[in-house]
Amino acid sequence: MNSSAASQASAPAMELSAATLARFDKEVAKYPADQRQSAVMACLAIVQQEQGWVSAQAEEAIARHLGMAPIAVREVTTFYNMYNQQPVGKFKLNVCTNLPCQLRDGQKALEHLCKKLGIEDGGTTPDGLFTVAKCECLGACADAPVMLVNDRQMVSYMSNERLDDLVDTLKAQAK
Amino acid sequence: MQMLDLSKFQAQGLETCFHDRHINPQIYAGLNGSNWRLKDYEARGGYQALRKVLAAEGGMTPDQVIAEVKASGLRGRGGAGFPTGLKWSFMPRAVPVQKYLVCNSDEGEPGTCKDRDILRYNPHIVIEGMIIAAYAMGATVGYNYIHGEIFEVYDRFEEALEEARAAGYLGDRILGSNHSFQLHAHHGFGAYICGEETGLLESIEGKKGQPRFKPPFPASFGLYGKPTTINNTETFGAVPWIINNGGPAYLECGKPNNGGTKIFSMVGDVQRPGNYEVPMGTPFAKLLELAGGVKGGKGLKAVIPGGSSSPVLPGAVMMDCTMDYDSISKAGSMLGSGAVIVMDDTRCMVKSLLRLSYFYSHESCGQCTPCREGTGWLWRLVHRIEHGQGKAEDLALLDNVAENIMGRTICALGDAAAMPVRGMLKHFRDEFAYHVEHKTCMVPAYV
Repeated sequence: MNSSAASQASAPAMELSAATLARFDKEVAKYPADQRQSAVMACLAIVQQEQGWVSAQAEEAIARHLGMAPIAVREVTTFYNMYNQQPVGKFKLNVCTNLPCQLRDGQKALEHLCKKLGIEDGGTTPDGLFTVAKCECLGACADAPVMLVNDRQMVSYMSNERLDDLVDTLKAQAK
Repeated sequence: MQMLDLSKFQAQGLETCFHDRHINPQIYAGLNGSNWRLKDYEARGGYQALRKVLAAEGGMTPDQVIAEVKASGLRGRGGAGFPTGLKWSFMPRAVPVQKYLVCNSDEGEPGTCKDRDILRYNPHIVIEGMIIAAYAMGATVGYNYIHGEIFEVYDRFEEALEEARAAGYLGDRILGSNHSFQLHAHHGFGAYICGEETGLLESIEGKKGQPRFKPPFPASFGLYGKPTTINNTETFGAVPWIINNGGPAYLECGKPNNGGTKIFSMVGDVQRPGNYEVPMGTPFAKLLELAGGVKGGKGLKAVIPGGSSSPVLPGAVMMDCTMDYDSISKAGSMLGSGAVIVMDDTRCMVKSLLRLSYFYSHESCGQCTPCREGTGWLWRLVHRIEHGQGKAEDLALLDNVAENIMGRTICALGDAAAMPVRGMLKHFRDEFAYHVEHKTCMVPAYV
């Protein structure tokens, strides 16, 4: 399956570092030996953390490593909301605007952030630093307004003052 | 890959969990944010229940464990409220095949944020509950599927697993018994549908999280086609207390048919949003008081009592309810996941429903036509009513579309999208009609 799947691919597989593959294998080891595919979500998240997004070349490499058809990897990338199918800003900010958050100014937080950065919901700043998008329930409704920074860090009670502070903090850490 | 220093923006749990406004807590008892590690859990009496079950002399048989859980009246805390002991008894223990145990920590039902606090502040209580459950059902491998949006909690859970392995609570021949159990963490990455148990299983298998047709049920054909039981995080978290204190004592802290304590996420228009662990059957009025009442001293308009999928109830109806499965069901809604979304008297129900309908349309997995198309219809209809383009016949059309989704899909997401619409139209129909007729909102101000 590996070779035929690879030959149908539209993009050549990228070479992944030994460190990345070691992270993959830590995930693979959680599942039965004949169920390597179970690690696909974790592998995609690892690639996204290291590269900022999931390219077709990365999907191809994951497919090869897990013994999957590349299209099966693509199905996962496109099904789950948090995988970036295009490059995004250095800092991806996802603001929850679902109803419980909307009742506590989640929508206002999104609008404040967009206005401050001069972009629309879903947009990226011209300097490539920030991408801002609304998102669905983060499971932290009592912390509203609440948001995610680069998928893995949650920040809470984001009043306009704290949002301003966050943007400044991130800018400082980008240097 | 280095994590950013965002500590000053991160919640410390003071508001949501360590606030001393729980009533007789079991799962949240004694937590302070820094005592989540194994040694702290053991100091609180942790892993005593497991020791009791696995004791060489006078331990419990799997049947005894299941009988205890049945006697406790524990019902599934994820939303469905199915009796846990009964669910465990469905597992074909005698069949000599691999069996799996899965914890559903894919907490994404809007309004719900209780499992996050359990996992980050008391992860070992879930691990202990799972080890006992695995013993009772003959499962030797388990997974905890954790909402991808709480990645820091997932990382912490991995650390807790390492601690439990090192201490001999997980692995082969646990505490010298014949029980072996390997437990791993699996993260989601943004798909509400994976909270549905068979969608979750598909997701663990490395696929799109599209739910499976049932039957067969997971107890006969689950993860990798093998017998599998799936319970919610809070459900597993209740197990050690039940084993330590006995099923009848657990039942006693709640009310008949509604045993134990329950964690409610009080969100929306309350003064002190957060999680509140209280006995089942606590009056809603008391719960609202614990959460500081309606924010800003405003009037209580409505409550969505069990996560966004449960039908809304008028505030006056809620004030007469107690917080348990039977009382909320009798009032025409569901206790669901225990997420209580409170809405004050300035809230526009059309605008509120619009956000929910968008959500369900966005999260429909696309498998079943009534849900895939129907949720889009609902969203567009509510959208045009909210934006002053509604037609007189739209309310009947909303009823009709909701009716045609209900019961006609593989999983409950279709029902979950239809029920809020029906609840809103049942109790607040005049507001929708006003929007259609006057092209504007009847509530004074939507803040």
